[in-house]
Amino acid sequence: MKSSVLEKLKISANAAKYDVSCASSGSNRNNTKNGLGNASPWGICHSFTEDGRCVSLLKLMLTNNCIYDCAYCINRKSNDVKRTTFAVHEIVDLTIEFYRRNYIEGLFLSSGVVRNPDYTMERMVRIAKDLRTIHNYNGYIHLKSIPGASKELQNEAGLYADRLSVNIEIASEPNLKKLAPEKNFSSILKPMSDIKSRIIENKEERRKYRYAPKFSPGGQSTQLIVGATPDTDQKILTLAGDLYKNKHLKRVYYSGFIPVNDYDKRLPVLKEPPLKRENRLYQTDWLFRFYNFRIDEIVNEKHPNLDLEIDPKLSYALRNPYLFPIDINKADYETILRVPGIGVLSAKKIILARRFGKLNSEKLKKIGVVMKRAKYFITCNELKSATVNELLPQNVRQIILNDKIKPKPLKQTQHKQLSLFAN
Amino acid sequence: MNILVYDNTFEGLLTAIYDALDLNIVPDKIVSKKTYQSDMFAIKYEIDPDLEKFESLWEKIRQKTNEQNCQRIFKAFLSETENIENVIYNYIKLILSSSFNIETNFGNDSVLKLNNAQKKVAREAQRVLMFVRFQKTSDNIYYASFDPKYNVIPLTVNHFKNRFTNQQWVIFDTRRKYGFYYDKENVREVTIGNKNINLQTGKVNANALHVSEKLFQKLWQGYYDSINISERKNLKVHTQFLPKRFWKFLPEKDLSLK
Repeated sequence: MKSSVLEKLKISANAAKYDVSCASSGSNRNNTKNGLGNASPWGICHSFTEDGRCVSLLKLMLTNNCIYDCAYCINRKSNDVKRTTFAVHEIVDLTIEFYRRNYIEGLFLSSGVVRNPDYTMERMVRIAKDLRTIHNYNGYIHLKSIPGASKELQNEAGLYADRLSVNIEIASEPNLKKLAPEKNFSSILKPMSDIKSRIIENKEERRKYRYAPKFSPGGQSTQLIVGATPDTDQKILTLAGDLYKNKHLKRVYYSGFIPVNDYDKRLPVLKEPPLKRENRLYQTDWLFRFYNFRIDEIVNEKHPNLDLEIDPKLSYALRNPYLFPIDINKADYETILRVPGIGVLSAKKIILARRFGKLNSEKLKKIGVVMKRAKYFITCNELKSATVNELLPQNVRQIILNDKIKPKPLKQTQHKQLSLFAN
Repeated sequence: MNILVYDNTFEGLLTAIYDALDLNIVPDKIVSKKTYQSDMFAIKYEIDPDLEKFESLWEKIRQKTNEQNCQRIFKAFLSETENIENVIYNYIKLILSSSFNIETNFGNDSVLKLNNAQKKVAREAQRVLMFVRFQKTSDNIYYASFDPKYNVIPLTVNHFKNRFTNQQWVIFDTRRKYGFYYDKENVREVTIGNKNINLQTGKVNANALHVSEKLFQKLWQGYYDSINISERKNLKVHTQFLPKRFWKFLPEKDLSLK
């Protein structure tokens, strides 16, 4: 390996970093005899950058040259940035060498589109193929599927990759057309549907023939940019909900828009990236996937945007006080999940623990329930305290908010020993 | 007041618990020799490890509960938290005395405490999987130092064995001065007195490194610096996920490479 690769690596990483997906979970590829690596089903992070994001995969772009001119993208054709293209063997070597040193969990390969989608996709597949077949590499591979590439290439990609993804980026078609005139929804949704049906087929095959090769065992994912267009949270989340339901996506990622091309007048001017909004969207995404909430329970015509000050579950509870308080010792799992301050883990623990005896607030606290929020919405095995119905939602909201911003007690300043002679 | 004193090992602790249950001594405290401080009002029982007693009690626990739960007890022991011996004593007593499974009774203090202690150990073991960094030496061995809070390297060996089957590697615990070596077939315990390894920094001396090693460390650092989005800087979360005590092992944080 030549040291000139360092420059390429820097340019490529810089171009790839706005893709937020870094999950290495969901696949359970075992190592083969004399092979290298395996994929652990829960994923492993290997480092964290100063922005607090996890580094699990070697996230690279095969090339950051691109024939498209999408307004939100740093690699757009009309941008004057350093461009670079990797040779196939360079990425293969980097992946193997980094993997052997336990720096990474695998490779995340994406690319700008050069010449045409098929040409680009072919080289990406080539890298995955070399890793798997020549180097016996069994670690994680995430491949970006290039919209417009042929179905055959995509199918081949799925045979080597653990996860495939196609990014939608903009949540509504008119806005997408405005910012990325060369793209449209159907060209993105088509490959998604293909991947979905191929995964279902593959599951069937593997039921019949145990050794049928896996097709994208970690499923597929996508990404939506938040804050580049006036799309509401309702619009974004409804689309995400549809994708989970109809396209069987494993993950939808939300990426707070970072103005990389601030000269483009089609883009909004932002003081800072909408990180809080992104965070609330992820929380809602979790509520949908793990807490059995419906999207329209959280955002709807009346409340098209999420409350940035409080989390979506609390906000839901405050809008529907008539559902509370619930009895922790009697309510079923689904109901307990809806209490603010109780997560999946605590809810499961509550169900398991209450078989042995009634729980009171002391025990709940020890189990891990955030009583600061939960106490207004539950009753347990002790005297009833004031709930959301007596205190009224707007007051509870205020109490919880005040609690949050209360300054921490100052650390005691060190006492200096008095000196007789100093003045 | 009864104080049981055992010899710092897990076998010793279970022997002590065996004796306590057998002789009906209610221990107010179980402490290891390392931490024992004499107390003139207490009756001290010094208990030597007895493998037969250990096996017998361990087997009894196994029959009453599942393998996973046995692992939990062992991991809780590794946590070395204060008073964990008494928690384990109470937990075992609870297992043996109930006719049903108690491991999910999180309303019970010992169950909860044991679970929290074992969780800490499991988390530290996970961090070994995350932050271990191998350095390739000139004789093609991948060497890594680590300094875990608890004695968790043994819990991670299988992971590395399954993952890096076709390379020789060593993982060395610099705090406890022992490690494991895998020779592409078997794993065995080693203690190193190699002059080429600096136990303070965990680094292999430059002359014993593979010719390309420094380059890959530099490449990795270059990648790490470029993948960061400076507009999103959040140092609080950064150090929360990547505690500073691990930095000395990470090439991405090695300033001498710049």
